[in-house]
Parts: sequence; C-alpha cells; structure tokens
Amino acid sequence: MGDIAGLVGKRLGLGLIILLVISVIIFFMVELLPGDIAQAVLGQGATEENLAALRKEMGLDQPAIVRYLGWLKDAVVFDFGSSVVTQEPVTSIIGERFAKTLFLAAYAAVIAVPVSIVLGVLVALMRNSIFDRVANVLTLTSISSPEFFLGYILILYFAVKWGMFPAIASLSEGMSFVELLNRAFLPALTLVLVVVAHMMRMTRASIINLLASPYIEMARLKGAPPLKVIVRHALPNAWAPIINVVALNLAYLITGVVLVEVVFVYPGIGQALVDAVSKRDFPVVQACCLIFAATFILLNLAADVGAILTNPRLRHPK
Amino acid sequence: MKSVKDQMLLDKLADAARTGSISRRSFMSNAITAGLTASAATGLWSSSAKAAPQNGGKFRVAQHDGNTSDTHDPGTYLSYAMILLAHTFRSYLTAIGTDQNLAPDLATEWSATPDATEWTFKLNPNAKFHSGGKVTATDVIASMNHHRGENSSSAATALLASVVEIVDNGDHSVTFKLDSPNADLPWIMPDYHLPICPANADGTINWQTGDGSGPYRLVEHESGVGSRLVRFDDWHGEGAYFDEVEFIIINDPNARQTALVTGDVDACSLLENKTLGLLSRNPNIEVDNVGSASAITIPMHVDVAPFDNNDVRMALKLAIDRDELIEKVTYGAATKGNDFHHSPAMPYWPDDIEQTPYDPDKAKWHLQQAGAEGLSVSLSAAESITTGAIDMCILYAEQAKKAGININVVREPNDGYWSDVWLTKPWCLVSWGARPTPDVMYTLAYKDDAAWNETHWKNPKFNELLLQAKAELDDVKRAAMYREMAIISRDDGGAVIPYFPNFVYGRRKGVKHTGQLAASWQLDGARGASRWWFES
Repeated sequence: MGDIAGLVGKRLGLGLIILLVISVIIFFMVELLPGDIAQAVLGQGATEENLAALRKEMGLDQPAIVRYLGWLKDAVVFDFGSSVVTQEPVTSIIGERFAKTLFLAAYAAVIAVPVSIVLGVLVALMRNSIFDRVANVLTLTSISSPEFFLGYILILYFAVKWGMFPAIASLSEGMSFVELLNRAFLPALTLVLVVVAHMMRMTRASIINLLASPYIEMARLKGAPPLKVIVRHALPNAWAPIINVVALNLAYLITGVVLVEVVFVYPGIGQALVDAVSKRDFPVVQACCLIFAATFILLNLAADVGAILTNPRLRHPK
Repeated sequence: MKSVKDQMLLDKLADAARTGSISRRSFMSNAITAGLTASAATGLWSSSAKAAPQNGGKFRVAQHDGNTSDTHDPGTYLSYAMILLAHTFRSYLTAIGTDQNLAPDLATEWSATPDATEWTFKLNPNAKFHSGGKVTATDVIASMNHHRGENSSSAATALLASVVEIVDNGDHSVTFKLDSPNADLPWIMPDYHLPICPANADGTINWQTGDGSGPYRLVEHESGVGSRLVRFDDWHGEGAYFDEVEFIIINDPNARQTALVTGDVDACSLLENKTLGLLSRNPNIEVDNVGSASAITIPMHVDVAPFDNNDVRMALKLAIDRDELIEKVTYGAATKGNDFHHSPAMPYWPDDIEQTPYDPDKAKWHLQQAGAEGLSVSLSAAESITTGAIDMCILYAEQAKKAGININVVREPNDGYWSDVWLTKPWCLVSWGARPTPDVMYTLAYKDDAAWNETHWKNPKFNELLLQAKAELDDVKRAAMYREMAIISRDDGGAVIPYFPNFVYGRRKGVKHTGQLAASWQLDGARGASRWWFES
C-alpha cells in the first residue's frame, strides 16, 4: 500500500500548486471586472470624498499586487481574511453556508448514487428493452433541461398543485432532522435528476462493454443467472470508470448548485459567491472558488485511489 | 354647531371608514376639522370602521434585493431588504404617513425659524431603545454626524451638506442649523439612511449590534438570508399588531411569487408586472399597485447637438406614446409622466398641467422648425435599468418613426452603466429611486450646478424659482412655484419622462391594511410590518 500513500502525497502536493495558480487567476479576474466596490456599495449617491473614504477603509487604495501578496501571506496559515464589504471574517460568512451546501449535496448524493448505479445495472441487464429506452429517455431529458427549469417544474407540481413539499427551502435553526429533509427535498430531487443520467449511463456502458469479454462468456456458460453475471462478474471490473463519473458528479453537486439555491432560496455557498462577485468582494470570491477547486482536486484524487483499489492491475503500470 | 357641509363630510368619512379606504389617522384629523371633538371622533371611528386591527400572529415576508454583503451600517444601506428591515427595527425622526403626509416618528413636532434656516425637532419622551435606554438628543446628533464630515463613508452625506451644526437644546429637542434656507428639512429625515442609532461615548454610533427603537426587536439576522423580529412592547408609536415578523430574502422573482401562492409567506415585495394579471385572479392573494415617486427618465444633454435645439427636444417629447409604453412594457403598473420630474406621489404635485400627447404630426412640425427633418439619434440603454428597458426603447423608436425620427437603440452592458454611460452619453435611459420632495429631486438633478444635472439644463427662471421655493414656508405659495417649474421643465427641459413605475406587491387574503398605503417604498412605505394586521 506504500505506493498508494506516495501517490496521494504527490497528488496533494500538486493540488496545492494548482490551488495557488487558481488563486492568482481568480484574483486578477476579479480585478478585471469593471466598476469598483466602493461605487457598488455606495450606489449612485456617492460623492468623491465618500468613495475615497470608503476605499481607504477597505484597503483598496493599495496596488493590486500588494493586496494579493498580503492575502497570500495570511492564506498560507489558513487565515482567509475578512470580507472587504462587511469586514466580517470570511470563515464566518462561508462556514455555515458551506455546511448547508454539503448537507444538500450529501442528501442528493445519498439518493442519486445508489439509484443511478442500480438503474444502470438494471438497464444493462434489460438492455434494448422498453425499460432501457424509457429510462434512458427520461434521464437524458432531465439532464438536458437547465436546473432552474427542472426546479420550477418540481415546484409547480410538488408544491403549488399537490402541496406535498414546501416551495422554498429556507432553513432555520432548531429544525428537526426530519423537517430539514422535508424542506430540502425539492432542491435535492432537482440535483438528483441532473446527475442521475450521467452516472447511470456510464454504469450501463461500462458493464455492456465487458459483456463481450471471454470471462463473462465463461460465467454464462457455467449457467450463472444474468443478474449474477452482471453483479458478480462484470461490475467489479467496471468500477473504475463508474467511480470516476461518480466523483465528477459529486463535485458537481457541490459546485454547481448556484441556480438550484436561487430557485429554492436555499442559503448555501453559491448565493454567497454570486453576491461576492457582484460586490467585487475578493476575499469571499477567493475562498469560495478555492473551496470549489479543492473539492474537485480531492474528489478526483479519491476517484483515482478508488479505481486503483478496485483494480490491482492499475497499481503496477508497465 | 355643525354646519350642513360638515355633517356631509362626516357621513362621507364614516363611509370611508366602513369601506376601509381611509386610515385611522386621516380619519381623526378630518373628523376633527369637521368639528368633532377627539373623543367623539374616536367613537365614530370605532363604530364605523370596517375592521379594527387585531393583535397577533407571525408575519412572514418574502423580500427581493437582499445580499450576503449587507450590513447594519445606515450609511451604506443600499439593498431594499435592509431598507425594509431598518423601518421595522429602527426609528426615524419623521415618517411618511399612509396619506403621503409627513407624520411623527421619534420627533413629535417640528418647527422652523421664519427664514427656514433653523429647524427644531422635539423628541418623543417615551421613545426607548430595545436595549433599554431612552432615545436622547445625543443619539440623534451622533446618528446625523455619522453622515457628516469629510471622513464619512456614508452615501447620505450630500443630503445633509447644508447642515452646519446640530445643537442639543437640553429639553429633549435638537436644532439643525443650516447654511441656507430649506423648508424641506423634515421631509429629508425619513430618508432610509437616517435612522437614529444609539450613540457611543466618543460620539460615534453603535450600528453594529442591531439595536434600535423601532416597533420590532431584532432577534436573528443573517444578511442575504433573512431576519426574525419580535414586537417591542415599549414602542413609542401606534401599530405593531403582529407578535413576530420574519423576513425571508428571496431574490428570484419566480420563487418569491411561488412562496406567496403556496402560502409559505404572508406578503411579498416586488411582484413581476407580467404576472400581475394572473396573481390578481388568485382568490387567496391581494395585489397592491401603488403609484410611486421613482421615475424613468430619458435625459438629453441640452448643450449637445441636436438636443441644443428646443424644437428637437419637443419633437422627441411629442413622439413618445406613453400610454402604449405603460400598457405594453409595465402591464399597466405605472403612472404617466409629463416631462417634469415630480410624481403624483410627492407633495405639492400640480394636478392641472396639460399632458403632452403623442402627436407625430406636431413632432414633425417641430422638426421642420429646427430644420432637422429625418432626425437620427442614438439612445443608450441597458437591460438592468428597469424591467423591459430595451423593449421600451425599441417601442419608443417605433413610435418615433411615425414622426420621421430615427432612434437608434444602443444596448450598453449592465456593469459600469452608471460610470460609463450615464452623464456621459448625450442621450440615455435612466431610472431614479423615489425622492421625498420636488425640491430634493430638482436640486439633485435639475439645478444648474448639480453634479448629477443629467440634462446639463440651465434655465435661469427655473433655478430662481427653485431657490425661492426652498425658503418658502407657505405651502400654497410653494405649490404655485412648483407648478410653474413643472411647466418650464415640460416645455424647455431636456428629460423625456415617460412614466413613474408603480410599487407592486402582494399579500395573502388574511393580511389587512387600512386601504391607504404610503407611496415612499414597497410594502406601505416599508412599514407594512408595523401597520398591517391579520384578520382572525
């Protein structure tokens, strides 16, 4: 297993360099946005003196490179600074929201991953049947529709017409866990619909890919029932691509929720990011983006490790 | 002795009270004018009023325009969500009443010296902060100083620029000393930047803790998400019928309206005009459509050709079909403009000024006078200015074609519109927030030396009247001056003003109000939480 620890170490080191590069890119992209914070905060009504006073208060009178280096110096010791606009520490702005985003992502993942893998196995089993076609058409339709559209459709039926679930997912403190699940059901369902197709089709494709292999032929010849052939013989060899797609979709559940949050008024990190960009609030933008980037890096790493663990051959590249 | 006329007035008033079209405050003042004593008037009100307000309930409001970056600093209040919140947990010196007149809040009465350079506000002795202390002159002075001085980062600095000194008179009153006469000072006090916050020992204010002296006490607040408030039993005002108020920030219009339809909230700010018809057909929902003092203007730089010729300006004013714009762009949720920036929702509005019609032939005639037949001009606009901004400009361009004018609509980016287009391009589309009085509006954007004189218009007679009116404490004379200024502005000014957008908001059927709504902000002048009630 030592080789895996080495791989993880190497990938983590690389990940840090990627994060550094990303932080530079984000900083200068925020710089490139037209307009400035002081103007955005004070609105049309600002006088020149107001603007100057506010810029000074926010530290915007310093050159960009100085501000970036100052931020970096603190960031290496995990101090992500304070919001330029509200002066609140970034961790307190993002912390709770990120927890809520993680909750929603986990909620959606707990439903989506088993459903799509089971569905994938079933459609592989009944490939080219009516069930296969219908499942494919439905999941492809849901992945092809924009999230907000799916969200509105769900709201229309589940909230407005049938009144089964609340239309807005605003959470408050002191809600019981069941209540939380009920409140967050529609946004989670929307996310599920968005990610199921990808994972299901990958499961189906990689299983079907293996069905032509000699050892599957062998299993069939020895009289194993079709379900057993797929679950016992094909699936273990199909894990690597499936894990990759699952990891990619898990990352999407965290980083791609902005629209879903807006439609369902879910107080997650996406809304904070959108607000921060419109106010040019660099430390908050930076922190959100780095969280997203780190999510991708870590999940990709997990996918690779998972793939290697399920397929010992990958541990010994030729 | 009551005269016959007075008796008729009383009958009418009782009628109005029965149908709920008049507020208790205006009922009382009218009834007393008609010769009733205060106690008799109270009796008449309670016997005829349609529904007396009832206490109780939790009022949940879906609000637009809330940001994660919002703070309690009144100097940088910007988003609508914070403005509504401020009116619910803080107090101002004066307020805009449901009859659009100035009403008391922390100040019980106010008066000026005859030259209108000194204003004294008497403070309500019963007013208290939620943390327990009385609201004193020191708090008022510190709160005002927050917006004054060179180092202030407040957006309201310009409003108080003429204030030289604020004096604590020692008898629970403060006096504002001005460097020039201003008959409108009490009208500036309800500006959303100017709530009274508790003073610190060093003369600054404590805005950070969310303490206030308003009808509700802030219990929980998360910027961009929402807030929860409970009734403050020691409030100095009248109202605050709900036990609890909850604001939920829902920036997406569709989600907001859905929440209202499904009953997840009891009221909802800023409905979309295009869904107005559908929502008002819903039996569970009441839509309030209230004329406002915000405005859409299309200012021309009158010192730039071709707009330097008044015939060209008149042609462009005659070539716009305001009725069609209101019907098709705002779905009827707007009040027609007449090229003077003074809305019917502001005091002193002149109601007898002839409307400039849509008249392509007359516009053509003006073009001939200017020698500018076949006029071609560019109009800059961005979608974020107002709902349907670009559509509106394109429709205007179509209307103007009938007058032989070619308007080329230039679509500008939303970002940076206020710094790169407004005040820079010779003709562009602008939206203005509500200002309390014509004086504030004209001084801000039509005075010859105003920094925001968006039309570069310098009419000597207009400016002279503006200064005179500012110092005139006689309301009748002031109204006459504003009427004359409106006519000058309509016939010579550089702004085409198609309409004043209405405030459109909704509530569930069980939420009641008096039928009269303040026009200064959404949701009854941002005071719905303390003025409305649940019908049991």
